[in-house]
Order: sequence, then C-alpha cells, then structure tokens
Amino acid sequence: MSATTIIAIVLVIGAVGYLAGAARARMVVGGETAKLHSRPGYYGSFILIWATLPALLLLVAWSSFAPVLIDNQVRDTIPESVRAEQSATQQDLSINIVEAIAEGLRLLDERELQQATAGFVLLRPLLADKGVALAGNGEDWMIASAQQLNALRDTNIIWKSIAVIGLSIVGFTAGLLQIRAQLRARNRVEGVIHAGLVLASTVAILTTVGIVLSMISETGRFFSSVPPQEFFFGTVWDPRFANAEDPDAAGQFGLIPLLAGTLYIAFVAMLVAVPIGLFAAIYMAEYASSRFRSIAKPLLEVLAGIPTIVYGFFALVTVGPFLRDLSGQIAGIATGEVSSFISATSVLTAGLVMGIMLVPFVSSLSDDIISAVPRSMRDGSLGLGATRSETVKRVILPAALPGVVGALLMTASRAIGETMIVVMAAGVAARLSINPFEPMTTVTVKIVSQLTGDLEFTSPQTLVAFALGLTLFFITLALNVYALYIVRKYREQYE
Amino acid sequence: MTDASLTPATTATGTRSHTRDIGLKARYAAERRFRAYGLAAVALGLFFLFLLLGSVIAQGYTAFWQTSIQLDIEFDEEVIDPDGNRDSDRMVLLTANYPLLAQRALHEKLGVDPDDRAARRDANSLLSQGVRTQLRDIVVSDPSIIGTTRTVWVLAHGDIDSAAKGQFDLTVEESRRRVNDRQLGYMQTLEEAGVMEGRFNTGLFTFGASSRPETAGMGVAIIGSFYMMAIVLVLALPIGVAASIYLEEFAPKNRLTDIIEVNINNLAAVPSIVYGLLGLAVFINFAGLPRSAAVVGGLVLTLMTLPTIIIATRAALKAVPPSIRAAALGVGASKMQMVFHHVLPLAAPGILTGTIIGLATALGETAPLLLIGMVAFVADYPATPFDPSTALPVQIYMWSGQAERAFVERTSGAIIILLLFLAVMNITAIILRRRFERRW
Repeated sequence: MSATTIIAIVLVIGAVGYLAGAARARMVVGGETAKLHSRPGYYGSFILIWATLPALLLLVAWSSFAPVLIDNQVRDTIPESVRAEQSATQQDLSINIVEAIAEGLRLLDERELQQATAGFVLLRPLLADKGVALAGNGEDWMIASAQQLNALRDTNIIWKSIAVIGLSIVGFTAGLLQIRAQLRARNRVEGVIHAGLVLASTVAILTTVGIVLSMISETGRFFSSVPPQEFFFGTVWDPRFANAEDPDAAGQFGLIPLLAGTLYIAFVAMLVAVPIGLFAAIYMAEYASSRFRSIAKPLLEVLAGIPTIVYGFFALVTVGPFLRDLSGQIAGIATGEVSSFISATSVLTAGLVMGIMLVPFVSSLSDDIISAVPRSMRDGSLGLGATRSETVKRVILPAALPGVVGALLMTASRAIGETMIVVMAAGVAARLSINPFEPMTTVTVKIVSQLTGDLEFTSPQTLVAFALGLTLFFITLALNVYALYIVRKYREQYE
Repeated sequence: MTDASLTPATTATGTRSHTRDIGLKARYAAERRFRAYGLAAVALGLFFLFLLLGSVIAQGYTAFWQTSIQLDIEFDEEVIDPDGNRDSDRMVLLTANYPLLAQRALHEKLGVDPDDRAARRDANSLLSQGVRTQLRDIVVSDPSIIGTTRTVWVLAHGDIDSAAKGQFDLTVEESRRRVNDRQLGYMQTLEEAGVMEGRFNTGLFTFGASSRPETAGMGVAIIGSFYMMAIVLVLALPIGVAASIYLEEFAPKNRLTDIIEVNINNLAAVPSIVYGLLGLAVFINFAGLPRSAAVVGGLVLTLMTLPTIIIATRAALKAVPPSIRAAALGVGASKMQMVFHHVLPLAAPGILTGTIIGLATALGETAPLLLIGMVAFVADYPATPFDPSTALPVQIYMWSGQAERAFVERTSGAIIILLLFLAVMNITAIILRRRFERRW
C-alpha cells in the first residue's frame, strides 16, 4: 500500500467522521440543535480532525524515520570481511548497488528468482533483460542483503498501513465518544485552526533559518580547506577543478575580482537606471496629465514584469553585437582601422541592459515617495512663485530624499543579486579591470558556473558557491535593512 | 500701493528687481528643460520596452512556421521488414531504415540520378533527421500501412528551414555556406511544385530536447513549468494566506511577530539565486529529493513566492474596513468565524490578484532552477513531478547557448510563448482587480 493510498483511506475515514460527528451531535440532543454548544458542522469537523490529524502526523514521522532504520539494518548485513576492507564511501556505494538489486529482484518471477539467488554472475544478465542496469561490480553477499532489504520494506509497509489506519480509526472512535451537548466543539476546532495559522507564519522564519544555516554549514566546510582570509582578500580567482595529473591542485578562490565585477556592473546599471527612472517618476508625478499617466505608467511597469532571462537574451543577441559593431565603426572613423574596442560581452553591455530592467523599479518606487510628499508643501512653494521644477528641486526632492535613497538602495541590492543578465552578457573571465568595454564576471555568475555540471559536494570548487552565496545574502540583506530603516524613519515625519 | 500691486518688483530693492527680470527668462527656460528631461526619460523607457519586444518578435515570429516537404512515401515492405517477422519481434518496426523511404520518395520527386552520389547526398540533407521518428510513429501506430503509399508532410532540415526563411546570406561564397547551390536549386524545384512550404510549427510546442533545431521543442519545458506552477499554487497560496491571516488578524504585537514581519520583507528582497542554493543544500542534499525534478523546482519557487503572496494578502486584508469586523463580532460571530466568513471572502479578489502576479514572477524565474540541475537534456515527457524535466525559462537559456541560426529563431519564439503566458496571467489579474475589487 503506497503512502498515497494510506492518505486517501485516512481522508475517507475523516469524511465519514465528519458526517458521523454531525449526525451524532444531532442525535444527542434529539434534533434540537439549539441545545448544542456549537453548530453540528463543528462536531463533524471535530471528528474529522481526530480521525485525520494524529494519523497523518504518525505517517509523516514513520515515513521519515523508517528508511533510516531500514538502512541501518541492511548495513548490518554487510559481511565482516567486507566491512574490514571497505571505507565508508565504498560501503555507501555498495549499499546503492544493493538497493538497485532490490529494485530489480521485484521484477523477476519465481523461476528467475531461484536462478538469480545463485550468484551475482547470473543475476546481472537477468536484470539487464528487465532494463535494470547495475552500476559497479556486485558481489554475492549483496543478493542476500537485497532480499533482506525487500523483506524489511515489505514488513515496514504492512506495519505502517496498520498503524496509521488503526490510529485513524481510534481517533474517530475517541472523538465520537466525546460528543455531548456541552462539548465546546467550535472552540476546539478553532484552536486547531489557530495552531495551523501560527505554524504557517513560521514558514517564513524557517526559510530564513534554512538559508542561513545551510549556507553557513557548507561555507564552514569550504573554509576548512581554504582559509577565510584567502577567500575574502584574495585577488585571484582560479578554482582549478581537480584533474588527473595534479589531484591536489587547490586553486585560488579570491573574492575581490568577483566583487569588483559585481559592483562595477551594478554601478553602470544604476548610472543608466537612476537618471531615467528618477526623471520619469518626477514627470509622471508632477507634469503628466492623468491620461498620459494612465497609459505610460503601466507600460513602463511591463519592463519590470519581463523575466530576466529575456533581458539576458536581448543583451546577448541584440545589445552586445550592436555595441561591438558600433565601436568597430567608431574606431574605423577615428583611426581608419576597423577594430571593435567593445567586446560582445562586457561590463557595459550587462550594465546597460540591467539598467533598463531597473528603470521601472526606480520610477515606481520614487513615484510613490514623491506623491507621498504632502500637498501643502508643494502648494506653499508654488504659491511663493517658484516654478514647478524649482519646487521639485528645492522642496519635494529634499523632502523625499530619504525615501528616494531607500528606493535606490533597494534597487542596488537587486542589481547586485541579478543573475541571468550577467550570466549571459557579462562574461566569465574573473579579472580586475577598470575598462567597462571588457568582460568582467560577478559573484552570481560564478555561483552558477561552479554548480552546474557534475557535482561533488566535497570539493572546495563547489563549496565555494555557498561561500559566495552567503556573501551575496549578507550584502543584499544589509542594503535592504538599511533601506527599510531609512524609509521607516522618513515615514514617521509625515504620518 | 497701486504701483506695488501692478509691478511687485518695485517693492523690492532695485538690484533684486534687476536680477529677477533677467532671471525669469532663465528660470522658465530651466523649467522647460527640466520638463523635457522628464518627458525624454519616459520616452526612453518606452523606447527600450518597444526595442526589447520588437527585437524579440522580429527574430522570433518565424519560429512558428517550419518548412516541411510533402512526399509520397511508399512504405515498402522490402525496406521496413525484409524478413517478414515483424509480428514476432517488435524491434523490427522500431529499428527499420525509415529515412531511406523518405529519401527514395524525395529522389523521385526531384529526379535525382541514383548513381550521382554527391547529388544524392545533397538531396538527402534536405530532410531532417527527425524523419526517422516521424515515419516510425506512423508505422508503429498502424502497421497495416506497410506496402501502401501515403502522402506525408515531413520536416525539412534546420538549415534548409533557415534558408527558406531567407535567413542566410546567399552572397557568401558557396563553400562557406551551410546550404549549397544545388540544394537551393532543389528547394526551388520543390517550392515551384508546391510540395515545400512553411507549415505551422506544432513541434515547437510538443517536442522535447533535441540537438537538431527542427526537432527541438518546448513540450517537456511546458509540462515541467506546469508541474511547478501547480506545486507553487497548492503550497504557497494556503500557507501564504494562513500566515497573513495570523499576522494581520490574530498576532499579538510583540517582538516575535515583529521579527516575522521584518523577516518577510527581507525575504522578498533576497536574490533568487540564493533560493537556488537553499534548494540545493536542503531539498537535494539533505532531504535526498531527485535532481532536475519539477518537485524541487516547485518547492524552491514556493519559498520564493511566499513573501509576495503574504505581502499582497496582508494588503488585501487591511483594505477590508473594520466596520465589517465589528458588525460580525457584534452579532455574535467568533473571531475565527468573522475572518473566514466575512473578511476573507471580501479580500479574496485582492489575494487572487497577488497570487497570480506571484505565479507569473515564479514562471519567469531561471537562476534558482539552474542550480537544482534543471539544465538537463530531457527528451521524454516527465510523467510525474519527480521525473527529470526542464522549465520554460531554462529551455530558453539552453537554446540561447546554441549557435545555429535556427536556434536563435526558436529561442525568440520560446520567449514569445513565455511572454504570452505572462501576459495572459497579468491581464487576468488586472481584469480580476477591475471586476471584483471593492472600493470602500
């Protein structure tokens, strides 16, 4: 019986429980529902909860612990002689083969099974026939282990089904026995719902804790092979993947070139996004007619809804080649020699396209903030004879400044965390340079490139991605917390 | 007095009135400039939008047509099943030399000399390698077709497709082109005979991964994305709504709820790639879920979408006026009844709008999926969310790395499809908001 079937059965018991509970409540008071503490439906829900909640909790607990126990028991079947000569990782591999054999054995019929148990040499072709390819070399003891594994799994499923369904029925009966006119069914049911609500709101906390803990533990493993000061202050990024000739090649994991690239590209992006976004926001808030606003504003916000992969592709096939050819022609006119000084992937390309992506963030955030400046300040300035632009420059912007700075910080944190545009348009060469026409690479690009492909979670080459991720997380977190702090402080002044 | 009211400048000192007269012109000019900058900024933003959409559409709309060739194919038993034992061995029909059937039909149509090897080779390469599967599927689904002749539209090779769409520069010398002059001649012959034309590219929506552009499609990616969206909807909506109800209606104001609040705001700003690292460390390494599976992608996107949904739901709950709550409590409802019977239904349109927008963001998200191994070459449809699959944006990313012209076109075509999905979702959200949102 699979877990889905068990869940279905429990839910059916629960549904029956709902009906039974409501009916029983009516029966207890002889049909006069006004005598009940709660409406009959609550008695039904009361039984529903009794019949399903403990049973499903048991199912979850059982399903998470049983495999560990089974695994331990199967490990005990590894013969002493094998255990003595194999390392822990080799034993893990053996267990994997045992599991594959166990899967395969289930596909065989009676006669084949007898043949197969004779020895591994006979088993392999039989399993290959059924489409089960075994990795690695098996040994004869594995067949016995595999049979043991299958037996354990079978008993596990039987006992799990009995226990869970049994508990469901026990809950059903226990709930039903409690029903009486004075039972505060509604309060009980609401208590459970309340607990559910509290639980849901902790998911957000759990996510943060998960992010921080998982990254810190992996980063810790990374720092056990590469000292932190080499990571944080190293200026060379060269994570050589281990190769046959030089298995001990450690590589260098200097954060500085990546961080420099990240900040440089973000800076170029902000250089594009801030003037356009800010001026657009001012125009929308102060000058535009409501008609113009109602058309232009949603259109600009479409830019924010376009997935970053689309921007990346745009940079890759349109902007990058365009800038390269343009620079070629400029060089042609200036020196008579056509050589493009802008590479197709460059800081400029990535920054420009990322800037376009950020325009709507800057403009809609600033628009909200500018519109929130009290009307009286605007009227006061205009009444004194200032022009609109003077009002904006001398009154509104100073008043809105903390909010605008907050908005810009949030935008900057987005620019730093942005991945797809830089993966496709910034290049992969980690170097320190101040030339915006050359490729540079970023923290996010390296996280992606270190973690795609074949993974081995013990080498510093992959673990470094978590150290990079943690750095990224804290930089963006700091920017956001500071931005929120500024925005909150600003709000207090006017509300 | 009268003087002063007519010319206010006279009330000021002489020097000031002097500078002000000069200043006014400059100030108005500055005003006009400032206004022009603003308008230019808006125009520039809109220009970028149209440039972006325009370049994608211009490069991608042709992807919806695929050049195909109509052939009268004789399903010759001699070729498919020379030994006549297809009933006993089903491998016979699966491994038969189907391309030969199509090549024969094509040679006949073009009148290729059977002894001219070069001509035969050029003619053969008009056809896609996908012809094999195409004809095999026809025969396997209906073996009685063997021995008869049928008219079939078969796919043309990706390079022929690009050439037919005029995407190759034919002025380049022949040896450096992907399509030679003889093939161009063949194409002309076929086109004049009316047996070669661009047909609607259903394969773009149904095929799985392939290294050949003409047989590469987004079928697997669409299914993978669908699974992920379903998982996000099933998990993020209830959890998000429950969390918001607690925080908005029940939570006492204390340190803990304050921390949760700040936390949610910060989670909304965490870079998406960090969620990918979380998924890799927790769901794949710790919980042992399969790599490249839609279920992991769905879980990661759920965590990413939760803050968005929570923020939208809280705003919707806040918008319900307190009088509704007071009235419900006043007639004796419990707090839980007040929330679930009155406040939540009134907030539902706002919640739904927020959820759809959150889903749209999740649908376009790429970076975290790269880390959990969804950059996989998956040719078969995933039957369950636990099978390897890809997602729409990841498929776009993988195609964008391919050099062939036909792949550039398909990448843009895929982007158009993705943007259409997003547009439909966002428009639905806007309509919902316009139609059902109440102003109190």
